[in-house]
Amino acid sequence: MKKYIIIGLLSCFTYGQQTPAPKQTKSILITGGKAHLGNGKVIENSIISVKEGKIAMIQDGTNFKPEKHDIYIDASKKHIYPGFIGANATLGLVEVDAVKASDDESEMGQMNPHIRSIIAYNTESGLVEAARPNGVLLAQIAPRGGRFSGTSSVVQLDAWNWEDAVVKENDGIHLNWPSSYSRSGWWAEPGGIEPNKNYEKQITEIQDFYNDAKAYLNSNPTLRDIPYEAMKGLDTGDKRLYIHVDGEKEIVDAILFKKKNNISKMTIVGGYYAFKNIPLLKENNVSVLLRRVHDLPLLEDEDVNLPYKNAKLLDDGGILIGLQNAGDMERMQIRNLPFYAGTCAAWGIDKERALQLITFNTAKILGIDANYGTLETGKSATLFISEGDALDMRTNKVTVALINGRSISLESHQTELYDRYKEKFEAQAKE
Amino acid sequence: MRICTLLAVLFLSFFGNAQDYFPKNDGVKQSFKNHVAITNATIYVSATQKLEKATLLFKDSKVIEVGTAVTVPKNATLIDATGKTIYPSFIDLFTEFGIDKPQPTPRRGFATQYDSSREGYYWNDHIKPEYNAYENLKYDDKVAGSLREIGFGTVVSHSNDGVIAGTGLLWTLNDSDNNAKRILNTKVSQLFTFNRSKLSNQSYPSSLMGSMALIRQVYHDAKWYATGSSKTKDLSLENFNANKNLIQIFDAGDILNKLRASKIGKEFGVNYIIKGSGDEFEKIEEIKKTGATYIIPLDFPDAYDVSDPYLAQQVSLSDMKFWNQAPFNLKILAENKVNFVLTASDNKKPKDFLDNLRKAVLYGLPKETALAALTETPAKILNQSNLIGSLNKGALANFLIVSGDIFDDKSTIHENWVQGNRNILDKMNIEDIRGEYNLVFNNTTFDLTISGELDKLEAKTVKDSINYGTKLTYKEPWVTLVIKTKDSVNNSFYRLTGIKNKTTLEGKAVLENGTETSWTATKKEATDKKDDKKEEKKDDKKEEPKVPEMMPITYPNIAYGNPTKPQQETILFKNATVWTGEKEGNLTETDVLIQNGKIAQIGKNISVTNAKIVDATGKHLTAGIIDEHSHIAISRGVNEGGQNSSAEVTIEDVVNSDDINIYRNLSGGVTSSNLLHGSANPIGGRAAFIKLKWGYTPEEMIVKDAPKYIKFALGENVKQSNWGSGRFPQTRMGVEQVYEDYFTRALEYKKEWAAYNASKDKKKVAPRFDIEMEVLGQILDKKRFITCHSYVQSEINMLMKVAERYNFKIQTFTHILEGYKVADKMAEHGVGGSTFADWWGYKYEVKDAIPYNAALMNGQGVVVSINSDDAEMSRRLNQEAAKAVKYGNVSEEEAWKFVTLNPAKLLQVDDKVGSIKVGKDADVVLWTANPLSIYARAEKTIVDGIIFYDLEKEAASLATIQKQRSVLTNSLLEAKNKGLKTQAPKKKDVGHYHCDTLGENCVVSHAKYQ
Repeated sequence: MKKYIIIGLLSCFTYGQQTPAPKQTKSILITGGKAHLGNGKVIENSIISVKEGKIAMIQDGTNFKPEKHDIYIDASKKHIYPGFIGANATLGLVEVDAVKASDDESEMGQMNPHIRSIIAYNTESGLVEAARPNGVLLAQIAPRGGRFSGTSSVVQLDAWNWEDAVVKENDGIHLNWPSSYSRSGWWAEPGGIEPNKNYEKQITEIQDFYNDAKAYLNSNPTLRDIPYEAMKGLDTGDKRLYIHVDGEKEIVDAILFKKKNNISKMTIVGGYYAFKNIPLLKENNVSVLLRRVHDLPLLEDEDVNLPYKNAKLLDDGGILIGLQNAGDMERMQIRNLPFYAGTCAAWGIDKERALQLITFNTAKILGIDANYGTLETGKSATLFISEGDALDMRTNKVTVALINGRSISLESHQTELYDRYKEKFEAQAKE
Repeated sequence: MRICTLLAVLFLSFFGNAQDYFPKNDGVKQSFKNHVAITNATIYVSATQKLEKATLLFKDSKVIEVGTAVTVPKNATLIDATGKTIYPSFIDLFTEFGIDKPQPTPRRGFATQYDSSREGYYWNDHIKPEYNAYENLKYDDKVAGSLREIGFGTVVSHSNDGVIAGTGLLWTLNDSDNNAKRILNTKVSQLFTFNRSKLSNQSYPSSLMGSMALIRQVYHDAKWYATGSSKTKDLSLENFNANKNLIQIFDAGDILNKLRASKIGKEFGVNYIIKGSGDEFEKIEEIKKTGATYIIPLDFPDAYDVSDPYLAQQVSLSDMKFWNQAPFNLKILAENKVNFVLTASDNKKPKDFLDNLRKAVLYGLPKETALAALTETPAKILNQSNLIGSLNKGALANFLIVSGDIFDDKSTIHENWVQGNRNILDKMNIEDIRGEYNLVFNNTTFDLTISGELDKLEAKTVKDSINYGTKLTYKEPWVTLVIKTKDSVNNSFYRLTGIKNKTTLEGKAVLENGTETSWTATKKEATDKKDDKKEEKKDDKKEEPKVPEMMPITYPNIAYGNPTKPQQETILFKNATVWTGEKEGNLTETDVLIQNGKIAQIGKNISVTNAKIVDATGKHLTAGIIDEHSHIAISRGVNEGGQNSSAEVTIEDVVNSDDINIYRNLSGGVTSSNLLHGSANPIGGRAAFIKLKWGYTPEEMIVKDAPKYIKFALGENVKQSNWGSGRFPQTRMGVEQVYEDYFTRALEYKKEWAAYNASKDKKKVAPRFDIEMEVLGQILDKKRFITCHSYVQSEINMLMKVAERYNFKIQTFTHILEGYKVADKMAEHGVGGSTFADWWGYKYEVKDAIPYNAALMNGQGVVVSINSDDAEMSRRLNQEAAKAVKYGNVSEEEAWKFVTLNPAKLLQVDDKVGSIKVGKDADVVLWTANPLSIYARAEKTIVDGIIFYDLEKEAASLATIQKQRSVLTNSLLEAKNKGLKTQAPKKKDVGHYHCDTLGENCVVSHAKYQ
């Protein structure tokens, strides 16, 4: 009862971000759960030892006698997953869409590689805490807008401040590829969607910017140029280039850009028509963070279920794909990430492979796979236990979640309100 | 403006033919008019009466006589028209020709204008029956010329501006005289449109349904005004009443708008002449049923340039198909005996009109019908058959002289006479000078060949196999030749000019050095006639235009349309897990029979003959999903936000049966949708409850006997927190008072009518009929029910209290994201909650929205449904329902009711739909798995016993789409190769409405501020 009173008071002032869990000091042993490793494999009756923030051991628990641990968690009949990773997210950059003062997702100007999302990431955002109870424990925070939107970073979702949250700082640069189509007219007199006459020109602008940046970085200029400086690392692979693009032709052009400039690591974000360019993607080692699965087809004539089948088409083609959900209400929708994967499974992908789309594959693309994305000995203990299949709404019920071995709160402003009113009505019923 | 016009008329009169009683200050009076006789012609006296070798005799502006035995007066001007055909000139009922249009008022700042800017007129600026085209004339010689070139002689001109755009005049395209003679009738028609006037920024109406409601209210108000009950002057209504007996023309536009115009007409007993858009063939049965006369444009789309396959992908099958089908439109209209006339108003280049007319004839439009549609029929509509549209005695001498059959591609219009005034377009009876000549000048003989088309002659001069570059111009009788000399260093020329003289051409030549001499060209005897003929034949073959095969029309005529409307079947599902939604709960291994559109039997081992058997082993059969809050399938605007109440509008007016989202919703197991007005104002518009009968018409989709609803809204949207400004209310406090005000007025209105109905006074005059008040009265009478957009608890509570004060109850709160805070009060009031599963974060008023809302409300006994408000989410409502299992531990069977039986209850149609029960409508869905599971796919979606979506047939549908696209792509490429005009590929703009989408055009797909 006391707990609720305190929480109740807190929520009057803020959205009531949960207090971050302290560093793991006590060893944890999770037994009996069905472990979905995130790399396609499953251990039916697993045993997982978590020490000092890492998975000290994971293996089949049948007939295995583990050493003594401080805390024991019985996960029998439950499911264990690596923490889900929300790629290309804007969590913590906007609190309320309609309140401009709370909006920090898009900077003015076109060529903004120097704009860094990490410093605006609000660890106490109500949307961050609401994502965690569904298993989303990591996210890539990416800026929006402009041609070069800026530089993203990868964070874990339980931290006091953005510095503590960083998993990988400045992991990549985001480029919005121009569209070969554009809308003409204005809202009251729309002229329809017509070929973009400036498409080639816009590509040239990107190339010119890149050339200048390269020239700047390869010379010893006396004056600093911040945007060009921020482009450092694309050719070496220290930073990944995320090209946001959906069209078939545009994807070809984006890959040509990679080839021409010897960009080491590149990912297509969106990639709605990437399935039409599979050999080219493969040949150039380009991965895809796929457009939101729960979406309508882009064209009237298309297969009405194409957005659901898209992952299967790319996966069958041998392309490394992850899921992301940029678009309307993307921040509040990020908690539905597991169900996007579930939908991909409904439309043809094997369930464990579908899980990879929000764990292992995403970690590989973001370059955090050494520590995150799978349940493997030696990796970070960023995982959760669910009552049932976490890719299905009915059974996604997270009871325990660890980030780097820290047992995080699964409460939120929303669960607190739920508890308060449930209690209110229960009390009324007793009267 | 009128002064200017008058001045223009006065000015013209100085050089035009002055009226005979006008003073004459520029010379002496002349009045002689000679007879003119056009002889030896084929004359179409009317579309149906054709005379050979006939004479047309006229004097001044009128026909004196026409026939084969006309006595031509001595001294009459004679024009020989041997081999030519004469037609009455064409009439266009729908032009904006010669109207002096004022410039639109620019918007000042961002402030919205809610009130009218006029005084003494109707309250709405877009209603302009007082506007008269004849008072705003500016005759345009150039445009008149371009219309005469395509055969027109008489037109009706309107200013196409405003919902009621005013009257049109009938006048001729007569350059030689002035308006005094041109104008045949100052007021012949009154024009209606669905579009706002560009001259006013008054915000109402901001939607199609608003325009429709406004027109209806004008009819009611005009009737009331005519009784003399108005205490104030209304010049608009006075004019409207005076215009009642004119032709009523409705510029409707696309296929569904034509049906909408006809619907309004039928309600008020008006037979509109409806201006169409060339897509009438797509719903020809419905067009036929309207019984209206149509004004059809002849604007066929250019071929899409599909040579770039990437760009070509963006062109929808429906657009490609329309390119193929459009030229067949008139043929189909004629076959179905739809009465129509033609207009060139949609042709940006007037010349396209004639080309397209000929194309339509080639594609099967009978010539007589085409001619009648341009002459007799419009004349009859105008009640001017004695004057125009034929060449009978007494008619205006408005006629065309054509080289042959006007519907033949090769024919040219030589002359277009208007009111007896000659306009030569292409000189006729030009002497043919083509042939081979011996050209002699300066003691030298050359071989000269003149060939080519008569209006585009070419010449070739040869001597000793050397070709001398030659340019020829022929302006009868003058021939000019410019011949290059042998000298290739200094460019020098011989210039020959002369006239035709029997078989020779002769005249003066000027040599390169300036010496003048004479020249003669003598025609050679024809030698190689045979070869010429062969060549001609070849040419003929080349030009023979082919009529392509018409792509099949589908219902609707877009991708995934069916070649015929799908029909009811008797279907037996075997061995399904049946989610009855009734007390029986879920039944395993059960059979369900549907027959005659109803659920006929539920049980084990049902066997019937003649049923389509569906093996549903391992599958789940449920009632179809009902979306309580949807904005799909709506044409041109989901919000009539121009006022704080818009009870007078109804979505039923604007159901768009051709929206692909209907099919997409079917693919997600949705069988009916409650189409709601948006949330821009506290009192929104009326709703439409439809069944998703893909391929059927809007009227067939609307469930006629379902209880009627209206949308209300509270909070940020109605107080304009995120859009617009300047409209009451701006706070939640004001919102309450809006309701107090309107319900008070509705009560007073009811009282006034009750008194009138009860009165036995024989002289009693009916009070003003107010559509808005009628609707609010229905709410007070519990005959119409409110579904109210709401978020925070204070406003939810407020509206329940308002309703209680006026003795009714709110039926449903939609969105209702803080419903959980007042769930007990809601249960007590008896209101349902139709909410989102997990939406929040998009605006300030949803900061306390929680995904446990549905479970908490349900726990308090509120009837809960989960709705979409979104074209994408509506096809995954099964998943959204499943979230109630996750958030709040609702049982699966109960959660399923959130998208089936409960919305049916909220809409009070649960006696017909929402569960699987014998006798209910066969609106069912077969799922591949437990429908609440993320892994479930809708396999068959059935409405009224008709299969509208079948996952198993999707591959075949896609293959058909692909095949039709490739057939059309090839013909588009062929068209381009032939050198036909093309247009850049355009992508079809399919937007999606949400509660807060303002205006008619749904350009930005966003869901930020639901």
